[in-house]
Amino acid sequence: MRRASWLWLAIGALQLCGCASFQPWVKPYERDKLADPIMAFERDPVSAAYTDHVYEAREGARGAIGSAGGGCGCN
Amino acid sequence: MSARVVATAALLVTLLAWPVFAGVLPEERADILYHSYDGGGVQISGPSLLVRKSAGKDFSLAANYYVDSVSSASIDVVTSASPYKEERTQESLDATYLHGKTLMSMGYMTSVENDYEAKTAHFTVSQDMFGDLTTVTLGYSRGWDVVGRTGDPEFSEDTDRRSYSMGVSQIITKNMLLGLEFESITDEGFLNNPYRSVRYLDPQSAQGYSYEPELYPHTHTSGAFAARTRYYLPWRAALSAQYRYYNDTWDVTAHTGEVGYTHPLKNGILLDFSYRYYTQTQADFYSDLFPRAEAFNFRARDKELSAFSSQALHVGATYDIARGGWKFIEKGTVNLYLDHMMFQYDNFRDLTQPAAPGEEPLYHFDANVLQFFVSFWY
Repeated sequence: MRRASWLWLAIGALQLCGCASFQPWVKPYERDKLADPIMAFERDPVSAAYTDHVYEAREGARGAIGSAGGGCGCN
Repeated sequence: MSARVVATAALLVTLLAWPVFAGVLPEERADILYHSYDGGGVQISGPSLLVRKSAGKDFSLAANYYVDSVSSASIDVVTSASPYKEERTQESLDATYLHGKTLMSMGYMTSVENDYEAKTAHFTVSQDMFGDLTTVTLGYSRGWDVVGRTGDPEFSEDTDRRSYSMGVSQIITKNMLLGLEFESITDEGFLNNPYRSVRYLDPQSAQGYSYEPELYPHTHTSGAFAARTRYYLPWRAALSAQYRYYNDTWDVTAHTGEVGYTHPLKNGILLDFSYRYYTQTQADFYSDLFPRAEAFNFRARDKELSAFSSQALHVGATYDIARGGWKFIEKGTVNLYLDHMMFQYDNFRDLTQPAAPGEEPLYHFDANVLQFFVSFWY
């Protein structure tokens, strides 16, 4: 299957999961601490991008440095 | 500037667009940052300006302008070339669209300097699911680079880059978040530095060795997996920890570990402390001293491909200057971040120290990094 088809299939699967009925074990009103800015994986994008750039320019390793969400769905 | 610097900057463009969570648009904010790096004979400084503004309830636009002003007399330069100065300018534009619990983002970035040009496009999609406990993000970016060489107008080589990433963010408990991410990057084209040389044993030379241009494979594919967690402490503070495993087709394997602590004070000051450790093995075509000229099909003496380890200490202070808001500004902060880094190489020798070939002391250096920035939310 072409790569673009896989991408649309993945997006469709994500949307189906998002619509499914589910009872979260941490309720929305229990997420106030997770919504505190001190819990953000990357509090300041401009600084995080620069810091990661400094490291990647001097190391052989690369990738997987973005905040993979950090999502708490707490707004 | 090395291809590595530009290429990584190009791939990092996606970071500016990576969603915090999928159900809402990113915050409207502006950041003005001054950065300074000083270490190993290299000074790099410049500004970065990042502005994000929403357009209606469903769209958000972001623009970034970034400059690296480089003055380099690094160990590579002083032993086999001449110190130089140059400037790299990077500009990017990003658009984000919110549809229900799905966040889609696409962007474009250019990076220009006198001997290197890079263009990168990226697309990411995020979805909240399972009662918004889980956010899944898929990302793809594509880069097109043109490598030049100062003083040689005939020299022009291309490099293509692709990156595929998948991330999951998960609420574990009322106090704990977990983030998992995998990213695969593949490059094809001219991947070595057109200026850098390797050294080889040469009995005809007075110093016992001579130099020849480095030569890399034309493909490079890597995979990295990272896990991050943050934990909210009972006295309103946060602990963080992360680990990353890395491996590539050049036989480099790396481990990165980091722990941190964030502590707010009552007078609007926020303090950050962290410690980072990094270690890697060397590339299979790396050598500090090759046995003869053209000894192997591929050869490198880039210290970033040597076996080495590094440690970094970070201290940061943030002061809230607009508590309660001021006119159209909802919040404002002044931030000062300092990092001290220590690099220790296991197979890269300091050729400024006189010794028999291969007997020179191993190279090491320290670096200091400063970030000062002001942020406004509106």
